[in-house]
Amino acid sequence: MQNWQSDPVLCVEHLTMRFGGLTAVKSLSFDVGRGDITALIGPNGAGKTTVFNCITGFYKPTEGRIGLRHGIIDFDIGKQAATQSSSYVTHSAGGAVYLLERMPDHLIAKQAKVARTFQNIRLFAGMTLIENLMVAQHNALMLASNFTFGGLLGFKTYTTAERAAKEKAAFWLEKIDLLDRADMPAGDLPYGAQRRLEIARAMCTDPVLLCLDEPAAGLNPRESADLNTLLRSIRSDHGTSILLIEHDMSVVMEVSDHVVVLDYGIKISDGTPDFVKSDPKVIAAYLGVDDDELEGAESEVSA
Amino acid sequence: MAEFVQYLINGITLGSIYGLIAVGYTMVFGIIGMVNFAHGEVFMIGAVTALIIYVAVTSFMGTTAGAVFIALMLCLVAAILLTSLLNLIIEKVAYRPLRGSFRLAPLISALGMSYALKNFVNVFQYEYGSNKSVPSILTGHVSIITDANGFEAVLNYKNILIMIVTAIMLGIFWYLVQKTPLGRAQRSCEQDRKMASLLGVDVNRTIAITFAIGAALAAVAGVLYLVFYSSISYNDGTIPGLKAFTAAVLGGIGSLPGAVLGGLLIGLIEIMWSGYVSSDYKDVAVFSVLIIVLIIMPQGILGKPEVEKV
Amino acid sequence: MKTPLHKLNWLNAFKEAAIAGAVTFTLFSVLLGINIYQNSNNDTMIRLRPALLVGFSLFAAALRFCIILKQSLQLQVPAHKKIGWFEKVEPHLQPILVGLMAFFPIIMLGLLGGQASTKWIDNYGIVIMIYIMLGWGLNIVVGLAGLLDLGYVAFYAIGSYTYALLAQHYGFSFWMALPVAGVMAALWGIMLGFPVLRLRGDYLAVVTMAFGEIIRAVAVNWRELTGGGAGINVPKITFFGLPFNANEDGFAAYFGLEFMPIHRSIFLYYVIFTLAIITAIITIKLKKLPIGRAWEALREDEIACRSLGINTRNTKLTAFAIGAMFGGLAGAFFGARQGFLTPESFSFEESVLILATVVFGGMGSLTGVVLASIALFGGMEILREFSFVEQLIGIDPNRLRMLIVGLGMVLMMLWKPRGLISTRTPTVFLKQKKSISGNLVKEGHG
Repeated sequence: MQNWQSDPVLCVEHLTMRFGGLTAVKSLSFDVGRGDITALIGPNGAGKTTVFNCITGFYKPTEGRIGLRHGIIDFDIGKQAATQSSSYVTHSAGGAVYLLERMPDHLIAKQAKVARTFQNIRLFAGMTLIENLMVAQHNALMLASNFTFGGLLGFKTYTTAERAAKEKAAFWLEKIDLLDRADMPAGDLPYGAQRRLEIARAMCTDPVLLCLDEPAAGLNPRESADLNTLLRSIRSDHGTSILLIEHDMSVVMEVSDHVVVLDYGIKISDGTPDFVKSDPKVIAAYLGVDDDELEGAESEVSA
Repeated sequence: MAEFVQYLINGITLGSIYGLIAVGYTMVFGIIGMVNFAHGEVFMIGAVTALIIYVAVTSFMGTTAGAVFIALMLCLVAAILLTSLLNLIIEKVAYRPLRGSFRLAPLISALGMSYALKNFVNVFQYEYGSNKSVPSILTGHVSIITDANGFEAVLNYKNILIMIVTAIMLGIFWYLVQKTPLGRAQRSCEQDRKMASLLGVDVNRTIAITFAIGAALAAVAGVLYLVFYSSISYNDGTIPGLKAFTAAVLGGIGSLPGAVLGGLLIGLIEIMWSGYVSSDYKDVAVFSVLIIVLIIMPQGILGKPEVEKV
Repeated sequence: MKTPLHKLNWLNAFKEAAIAGAVTFTLFSVLLGINIYQNSNNDTMIRLRPALLVGFSLFAAALRFCIILKQSLQLQVPAHKKIGWFEKVEPHLQPILVGLMAFFPIIMLGLLGGQASTKWIDNYGIVIMIYIMLGWGLNIVVGLAGLLDLGYVAFYAIGSYTYALLAQHYGFSFWMALPVAGVMAALWGIMLGFPVLRLRGDYLAVVTMAFGEIIRAVAVNWRELTGGGAGINVPKITFFGLPFNANEDGFAAYFGLEFMPIHRSIFLYYVIFTLAIITAIITIKLKKLPIGRAWEALREDEIACRSLGINTRNTKLTAFAIGAMFGGLAGAFFGARQGFLTPESFSFEESVLILATVVFGGMGSLTGVVLASIALFGGMEILREFSFVEQLIGIDPNRLRMLIVGLGMVLMMLWKPRGLISTRTPTVFLKQKKSISGNLVKEGHG
């Protein structure tokens, strides 16, 4: 059994999203394994970003359930319990299950611990790199500053927490190789560095699941290779599961453990990179051939 | 009963004026997504221009029916031309360079422009007092209904004039935005400005024309406002402007029929509230409507809910 | 690279100037060219003002000519990332300004003596300090959180009337009423902000504007409570219980001084100075706390904030409420200084003036607000002192004020949308602190 079947962290079930008359995503179901790098691929307009927006709460899905699991709670029982309760979460001794479709976006980031990046990078351009990473630790620091009052009075808990937050930010800057630019405005960074900073910022929220929307878009081959190293390290050193949308097949095939393919809002393939690579339906979707021509196309690709 | 009919007539009349102004707000908001704070002032300038022309013409030609007619026609033409020109220049000088600037810049620029216009008129026309009036224009009326208490509901000629002119203007406007290439260009800019320009739509020109049309309708509203109240102050842009904006929001911002519908509703609310509750708090009533609408149905009556682009 | 100034540019400049002149002439042909006025018999009179109209058109043509020439002369300087001379001077300006504000009454007293300086301390010092405090309060909302509040004066009014009513009905002293006024204003801010702050930014501007008008209309019309247009009396400020009068229990008698009106003025000045400085200190501290950073992040990109788990509505609400609170505190002081309140003091114009101090000075910059307040209120008042100005231009300069403010706001947005001092200093740093150019400090979409 594959990891995403035996130990899923995210479970999307029958997700449907309609905008007026347009159905962007139709009854989509897939699982994301804990500690996996899962890639969501598909041609342009396949509904990938819509799925991301539903998972991170920016869109409320029309139908469907999105469960997220912390710890070792039985996923099915947890989802069942949460669905029947009026709340969006069930806790048990070993962990918790969150129903993301019931939660507002900021709670998904704060409580369910899902972090994300954006296709068209959204950094705080006028703030320095370190400030960007400090904003990401907002909720922890708010608590440490006793919701501002303690911080205003200069309590020690806050100064300690702030120092720790700075160290964490410095750690991530080191990791993305931008430590020497810590006090520069984020808007001055070159494109590739901005992408890395956005990932570091998302990681500063200590996510369980990190959603990356086209992290390799616009990167040169060297930056792309660095990105792969970074993603692997995030997975292995921080125990964060990664879900990414990507067009760059070299990134997808090299780093991912699991690939889900969408076309016109419908899942057409789901499995290991090797499985997906040889799936005739995927080849058809990417090359745009009719079903009866499939055989020929497949042999062409493998040749 | 007669009382109610009277309020209904007055409400619809006032509402027509608000509707004409609201169309300008809603069009500009639809096409560039900005609240044009100076639109109320553009309306006021239309009214002041009309007042000046009216006084000038009637002082030469007297106040016979014919003279008043000619005066009003001249008022309309002059107000439409001059305020359209004014709005074109405002757009070019104060808003166009700020497209793509930071979010608050066009709003603050519009607010500044609103204050500049208001005080420009104040300094150069209202040196001796804050109000200018003309003798009542079109004084006759027809009686509609008299109730048991002896209260008589009347339909003034000027109310008829206001409703007819509003209907004609909205008809012309409707034709422009629905049946001409201009209207198509406008709708394409509303959808996606970048794409429209790639497909050969002159975006700058379309936006400029939108401002000019909005100003023309506001100018007509200004002339009608003068006919309705027979007086105008340099301060009269702000509150009616804010009420017309309320109308646009109530009808659903971005929706043209919504703006007219919202205008009528706001006019009715204002007149009914003054009549049955308290005239002191009529402005409070309208502005409360704005806040309540934004809280419970921000998309308005005929508007579409906004889908946020992430 | 320098573009040579060849003949074509001159021709073009003349052409553009002629067009500008003609357009101006047409545009203002009615508004400037014809004047309607009432004569002493209350007859409506008409006069033509061709000189004014032509003068204006020529001025517009000349202006256009200069702009075109300047454009063709201009060197290709990348405007991006440039830090202006003003921002370079700013750090040195800060101590000077604080010193000036702290010792203003003493300097005035030393220069002009007890009689003549009263006017300066009262009409200039205190008035400017009130606007500085209001500007600093609004700066939190507009400058830091990027929320356009056009009804700020409503909170100022709420603070004033809270003090007036508490004093009238329950005998509260200024010092007892002051915190209540602040809390009241903050509560109203929360009540208004809670439903509205989830909407897009432009709506907030209009709703706050409407709210300002509602508060003013209530103050005008609820005569039983506020005295309406006739006004309401407010007890004047005392020196912690000692009134500023010539009586035996007065301040002067208690300290064995000769009674002088200036005692009260100086005391009032230092009260508002203290309140303003508290506002500034709290703002500076908040900027470095997570909440302040969240405000600025919110101004930059709201959607990114939400993806990081920041509750944007509550964050906006805190900015809105804290800004309102400072407005309320300033309002209570205003009541105590005036001794008499009418709704006239709380018109929409006041909101615009306060906003102008933030817009001109530099959004987010405390120093900028001080400079803008001094220029706007001090400069205008001084202009009024000189009657020759009026003779020179034929118009009471005071009537020109709002025209200048309005045009100034437009020009500022075109020239330097982030205000005079547009750089921001990072709130936290690893190695070294460097100012960030205003060109990068953008306000994001959403």
